Amino acid sequence: MNLGDFLINWLANAPATAVPYALAALGLIVAERSGVLNLTAEGLMLIGALVGAGTSLLFVGHPAVALLAAMLAASVVSLLFAVLVVVLRINQVIAGLSVVFFCQGLTGLIGTLAKWQNKQLSGLAPLKIWPLSEIPVIGRLFFTQDPVVYLTILIFIAVNFILFKTMLGLRIRAVGENPAAADAAGVSVALHRILAIVAGSSLIGLAGGYISVVSVKLWVTGMTGGRGWIAVALVVFARWAPWPALAGALLFGCIEALIPHIAAAGIQVPQYLMLMTPYLATIAVMIWVGAKDRRGSQEPGALGQPHVREERR
Amino acid sequence: MASALQLVGIRKSFDGALALDGASFESQAGEVHALLGENGAGKSSLMNVAAGLYAPDAGSISIAGAPIALSGPAAARQHGIGMVHQHFKLVKPFTVAENVLLANPQPHFASGIRNIRAAIEKQVGELKFSVDPDRRIDTMTVAEQQQVEIVKVLVGGVKILILDEPTAVLTDAEAVGLLEIVQRLARSGTAVVLVTHKLQDVKRFADAVTIMRGGKTVATLDPRRSSAEELTELTVGRTLPLPERTPHQGGPTKLNVGALCYTRGDGRTMLNNTSFHVRAGEIYGIAGVSGNGQAELAEALIGAIEPTSGEIWLDGRGDISRANQAKRREAAIASIPADRYAYALAGSLPISDNLAVAQIRGGRYGGVIKLDRAAMRRDASAAVRDYDVQGVRSINQKASLLSGGNAQKLVIAREFSREPEVVVAHSPSRGLDVRACAAVHQRLIAAREQGAAIVLISEDLDEVLSLSDRIGVMSRGAIVGEFECPADRQAIGRAMVDHG
Repeated sequence: MNLGDFLINWLANAPATAVPYALAALGLIVAERSGVLNLTAEGLMLIGALVGAGTSLLFVGHPAVALLAAMLAASVVSLLFAVLVVVLRINQVIAGLSVVFFCQGLTGLIGTLAKWQNKQLSGLAPLKIWPLSEIPVIGRLFFTQDPVVYLTILIFIAVNFILFKTMLGLRIRAVGENPAAADAAGVSVALHRILAIVAGSSLIGLAGGYISVVSVKLWVTGMTGGRGWIAVALVVFARWAPWPALAGALLFGCIEALIPHIAAAGIQVPQYLMLMTPYLATIAVMIWVGAKDRRGSQEPGALGQPHVREERR
Repeated sequence: MASALQLVGIRKSFDGALALDGASFESQAGEVHALLGENGAGKSSLMNVAAGLYAPDAGSISIAGAPIALSGPAAARQHGIGMVHQHFKLVKPFTVAENVLLANPQPHFASGIRNIRAAIEKQVGELKFSVDPDRRIDTMTVAEQQQVEIVKVLVGGVKILILDEPTAVLTDAEAVGLLEIVQRLARSGTAVVLVTHKLQDVKRFADAVTIMRGGKTVATLDPRRSSAEELTELTVGRTLPLPERTPHQGGPTKLNVGALCYTRGDGRTMLNNTSFHVRAGEIYGIAGVSGNGQAELAEALIGAIEPTSGEIWLDGRGDISRANQAKRREAAIASIPADRYAYALAGSLPISDNLAVAQIRGGRYGGVIKLDRAAMRRDASAAVRDYDVQGVRSINQKASLLSGGNAQKLVIAREFSREPEVVVAHSPSRGLDVRACAAVHQRLIAAREQGAAIVLISEDLDEVLSLSDRIGVMSRGAIVGEFECPADRQAIGRAMVDHG
């Protein structure tokens, strides 16, 4: 096999591998922009993956229905997290971790009881954007992807617009930067935080549903395999800005897509070393973020801080 | 005619401490109504109730004679009540226009920003402010941020405007300009409530004054028919003169700041070859229009920022411009920063911890293994008593529960717990009442008598003039003129403006 084929096969898979990272990171950014430190991605992705697979198995319909169900389910579960951190003002790290462990247990239990393990799903065929898909190399890389890849780009454009070019986005960011100021301006801190958590979680659910329904076409317990944690790191790497998060997701997509291709090309590398690479990359990225100058960071000023109006400061 | 705003029998407690004890207040459309009182008297709390931020435990609020219930700040604004807070409510990484838009919502963002920008420019023109709608708040000085706060409320078209210590951070000229505008606003039918501690402002600009003490409103009178002494008497009980001071001896140079330069993150040069020296037993005042590098000079002296070049030479220690806080403590530098909540206190920690932290390495409060809590409590109780910190129910209570003046007294108690050799005080009496202010000044003069070198950076020219032995005027990051005291106020004023 020559190098050109290797590169094209590898990179053609990268966008699809990047989608879960991109959507989950974007969902986290939406919540964290409202000042809520969100660690729930790994758990909510599992919920999305399980509900997506389950919907496909129970009601044989278009995979789009399964993905919508995944989004809805993750949003519903995220309400639990929202109540914990916004209404009860529990420590956001602890609440986030509890939700992850809860979701891991719950999805494992339901998947086993319903006997959804390892059952083949129909999946989603690639969408060729003719005639662009006929251009050599570029057509294969950019215009022969599944519909969710294209949708992801539209979602990024939409979320970016809402966050930075609408009143709703202004309010969400204000609540995340300075809840006291937003409160004095008559913006409901609780409402906007809950909204940001729930809306962001629907994207995290879509990321999970995509893994089971579109990528793997199976439900396997714990199948998100740490992608949710990488998404949490991606948010820091992207400094809470959507477009850098997409770029970071593509980087991780490329790294993850490389793993099977290295093995297929017959290159002898220990399997576990390969499986470790995304996490090595995460640590490397975090070190880079920590070492470089932070002036451009858009880290929300009130990230992780519950808001209590009557407390004097 | 019914009063524009009427508060009757308002009670409010925080953590069991009574902040408002049956306070009543009435203000009319078309007048400037001043609210006077000591720090912790409950002025801000009462106005926060009127602005819908605090829900009162008891009492009633009426607007134009109709009783209302305020569910929050948004409800207050719908009733035409707008408040400019002493601690600004601005979103720092947002632009001016975005902040104003947030408080004055429009249906669409893009057109909203356009409308708001036009409204800001109109207000700025009328008020003769210098606010650029597209500038980010975190690049602005405190005085500029205050202008944004005022513009923000005015753009909303308020009927009842509450200003909490609005002139505390402004220069003389700015304050007079602002109060003239406030008066004009009142004449056009707005009810203005002016929370202030500056008696001459009350005398000159207020149509009525209500005095508060201990959470109660004690008197409402016409300031034009009562003398300043009378008002002071009512507010604080008695006037406190500055303590006697010996004439300056001209001791050896203690602190020398040489060609200090600092360039901010956004590339703006804030300190441009700042040079001056302070002798032992001398108060060196730094006057200037705010935003000319005073804040950065204070931050460089207390070690909050590292200067780009230049030196801060300290007698017997050498250059300390890059020394860490531990070294600065060792050199007995006392720092009283302008923003006491951000730089000087850990609000969520108890008073005793806030006091002990300065000497925690000295071994006074135990070693590495075990803290000597008893010693901490003993010293804290003594400090609270000696420095007359009011509103302390327990030395274990959070420092953030103290009102502004008492928080400042706490900072001074800690910084002066070891006899300081150098004192850096930036706007030490900002937002303080007459008595707390006098207490702060007494402490500074006492430190001078003991031979400390004191740098007093203040936007209040009266404060600089009454305390300093020498005055440096700061403009565009440099000392542009030095005056021996007693100095000519007019000459200093000219030096401030000519170079600004």
